[in-house]
Amino acid sequence: MLIMRHELLLIAITVILLIVEIFLPDTQKRKIILPAIILMAAVTILGFFPGTPGILFGGMYQSTQLTMMLKNILNIGVLIIFIQSVDWLKQEQNKEKVSEFFLLMLSTLIGMNFMISSGDFLMFYIGLELATIPVAALAAYERMKEKSAEAGVKLIFTSALSSGILLYGLSMIYGTTGTMYFADVAPLITGAPLQVLAFIFFFAGMAFKISLVPFHLWTADVYEGAPVNVASYLSVISKGAAVFIFTIILYTVFYKIAVMWSELLYGITILTITVGNLFAMRQQNLKRFLAFSSIAQAGFILLGMIGASQLGMTTVIYFALVYIFSNLGAFGVVGIISNRTGKENIDDYDGLYRTNPNLSLVMMLSLFSLAGIPPLAGFFGKFFLFTAAAKQGYYILVLIALINTIISLYYYLLVIKAMLLNNSDQPIARFTSDGYTRIGLLMCVAGMVIIGFASSIYEVVYNLSYGLY
Amino acid sequence: MSILTLFIIIPTLTVIGILFSKSHIQVKWVAVVGMSLQLLSAIALIFLYLAERRAGNLDEVLFVQNNVWYETLNIRFYLGVDGVSVAMIGLTALVVFAGIFASWDIVDLPREFFTSLILLATGVFGFFISLDLFTMFLFYELAVIPMYLLIGIWGSGPRHYSAMKLTLMLMGGSAFILLGIIGIYFNSAPSGGQLTFDLLQISKQTIPINVQLFLFPFLFVGFGVLGAMFPFHTWSPDGHASAPTAVSMLHAGVLMKLGGYGCYRVAVFLLPQAAHQLGWIFLILATIGVIYGALGAIWQKDLKYINAYSSVSHCALVLFAILMFNQTAMNGAIMQMISHGIMTALFFALIGMIYGRTHTRFINEMGGLMKVMPFLAVAYVIAGLASLGLPGFSGFVAEMTIFVGAFQNADTFHRVATIIAASSIVVTAVYVLRVVGVLLLGKIKNEHFETLPDAKWYDKISVVTLIFGITFIGMAPLWLSDMITGGLGPIIHKLLAAAPILN
Repeated sequence: MLIMRHELLLIAITVILLIVEIFLPDTQKRKIILPAIILMAAVTILGFFPGTPGILFGGMYQSTQLTMMLKNILNIGVLIIFIQSVDWLKQEQNKEKVSEFFLLMLSTLIGMNFMISSGDFLMFYIGLELATIPVAALAAYERMKEKSAEAGVKLIFTSALSSGILLYGLSMIYGTTGTMYFADVAPLITGAPLQVLAFIFFFAGMAFKISLVPFHLWTADVYEGAPVNVASYLSVISKGAAVFIFTIILYTVFYKIAVMWSELLYGITILTITVGNLFAMRQQNLKRFLAFSSIAQAGFILLGMIGASQLGMTTVIYFALVYIFSNLGAFGVVGIISNRTGKENIDDYDGLYRTNPNLSLVMMLSLFSLAGIPPLAGFFGKFFLFTAAAKQGYYILVLIALINTIISLYYYLLVIKAMLLNNSDQPIARFTSDGYTRIGLLMCVAGMVIIGFASSIYEVVYNLSYGLY
Repeated sequence: MSILTLFIIIPTLTVIGILFSKSHIQVKWVAVVGMSLQLLSAIALIFLYLAERRAGNLDEVLFVQNNVWYETLNIRFYLGVDGVSVAMIGLTALVVFAGIFASWDIVDLPREFFTSLILLATGVFGFFISLDLFTMFLFYELAVIPMYLLIGIWGSGPRHYSAMKLTLMLMGGSAFILLGIIGIYFNSAPSGGQLTFDLLQISKQTIPINVQLFLFPFLFVGFGVLGAMFPFHTWSPDGHASAPTAVSMLHAGVLMKLGGYGCYRVAVFLLPQAAHQLGWIFLILATIGVIYGALGAIWQKDLKYINAYSSVSHCALVLFAILMFNQTAMNGAIMQMISHGIMTALFFALIGMIYGRTHTRFINEMGGLMKVMPFLAVAYVIAGLASLGLPGFSGFVAEMTIFVGAFQNADTFHRVATIIAASSIVVTAVYVLRVVGVLLLGKIKNEHFETLPDAKWYDKISVVTLIFGITFIGMAPLWLSDMITGGLGPIIHKLLAAAPILN
């Protein structure tokens, strides 16, 4: 029982919320917000208690110290998103469907937990689907808005397509090895042509989820249409979970063909970072802007995976953790401003610092952290990613990535320029954000400031990671 | 705990104090108190350092503080100073102190201004006291980023463009440095053992020559960008011209020295063989920079541009001297950094004060300021004379040492480079004297100028501090020179050891 602690806790609170929801009259749905957040916080805290690793269902489900840590990271992210969403959920248009938001999010999180803990491709696939389909419903949450509905449909179609491709790849793996268990598949991977094809299909399926170029085309449209908090969920939690399991599978199942997939990742990394950055430069809408920025960030994450080293896995997880806090900070500010004023363009942010200095500061710190400026955590994350890639001798790749950090700094500075440097005749009026938003943003800032200095976090991650080198 | 941690703690506390201050006045006084304490600790550090040396302490670095930070990667919080870094810390503390008073007039968002300014200073102090490449790099970037806000928000002219250009170029340089540092890290234990970012430990190793040849250009160019090396100097004139007074002072006075210091402390020190082999390329660029900057200054009409180009010339002279690879020239390089740091800060402070009164920086719109504001005018003359290397001021000591050192390299290539670089002194005299003549002497061209006030008390503090600096070094250069020579020992030793391997 304790082995599945994370999943069971999440299922328990989902059921509790479901029952509470039934007894709430339609006009009182908002009352579910506080219990939902408290329960999620409790689950997050309980997740940190030391647990016993183990295997269930004959190896389909496996829990290790590593997976527990990854689930804790996701829990923290979801908790912050819950807190940040309150202001938006309290809006008049959402009053009848508040509970759906929490229920759908929790069910995707359960899916992700199963996905991370999977010891077999079937369990992995079930988890993946459970993690994807509710998000499509969430993207279409504001269904009266044309763009939101469009986002939901786009997401479900691309997910279906990518899942199909992924399944096709998995079937080929089954065909060549006769098993779906990670532990049994791994020694049978020989690099035969069909297995390579299978890997490429599997890779393409995952690349859709992580939105790597050239499988990124859905990202910007969905982020733009979906509600801000759902977009942040997609860019942080969904992506993070997919990155985690992708790394685990690369390291534990496909390690025999590491040389091959490292070459593949080499090319995809360069493409993803460069394309993400070049498109981000030209965006006006901040949600699209953050979408492309998150594509580029995903490319940076790949730097750690290349070469399959222990240092690499450490930095991937560490960077994902840093990225959760930084990106949620940025999305949080965009969200609250969008709720209060409906403004989402960079031009609208002109002179924001003069009217809303605290929000601007949070945004500035988040963007600096994303750009990798010290002393914020993003700097440490990026530095370690480059170190991991350089350790395997990929100096040229590191150089290309470094040049890209300068491009990314340029567009992050464009937003900072709008907020701090530009003046505007009609700036966004001063408003006071509610307590929830403040707590949410404060958590992000605390994360960005602390994670870099507290080296013990890095050491913990390092000790739980593994790799070929 | 070593005295060096004070140089990080004091600015941090000052920033916190500023954030909690209630009024404009309070913000300024908190900044003044903080930076005065910083200056006092810098002076105390100089005395303590000299006392330790006199007591016969021959350690390579003193006041060491060495804590493990990231255990797996062997990243350390490692502080320590030698003679060179002590001198640079003294310079920084002096310029920052003067800079606070020079920005007394800031009205718009003073809290944010002083916070950014002191953050910048923290980065600079941290860079000079770090002996771990990782923390060094961290502080380096910390020093560069506040510049964007400082120029962008409080600057003048095309400030958005200049701020963006400056930030991107400097961060581009830092990207090169990062690659170099990581490359050094993975080759820091060629004979086995734990990899390290520890500067002194790496300097005891010999990094494989092909790696050195690959990394040296990245590191030298990376730091060279901040040291305004031709042709990567283009951010400097625009940036300085747009920046507010105190920022120009700090930037030209201190931040550009990070570049020269980095070239010397990281690129040349850790990669000596490559420095010997590839030095000639950068020597050509530095020589071009010296003469190009001086000639560029002649053509300008805007006071700040004149001084910015003159800074390019003087900073190129630093790189020029470093690349001569001998004790005397290196000594001159460090002296030049200190001397130019104080002198150019004085220039920019005076230009800011003049501009604040006349609201123009074009020299042909002004004239006869000597009659209107004698204090500022005399100070300007002093700065000008120091700039063109008049004996008695720090500039003379530095340039003299550099050219004597450069002339010790007897081959034709070095001789030609030295002669070209030395000829810049004449050009410097031309533009300095031209400005003094047009700006300060002659008739008052604009009748509104006749009623302009002279320096206020805070202007005077700023100016007097800096003038004291240049004359003190000019009159009594030996203690500084001795202190620097002590610090230069290991690097010269390493360079000499590297040379025979080539031959």
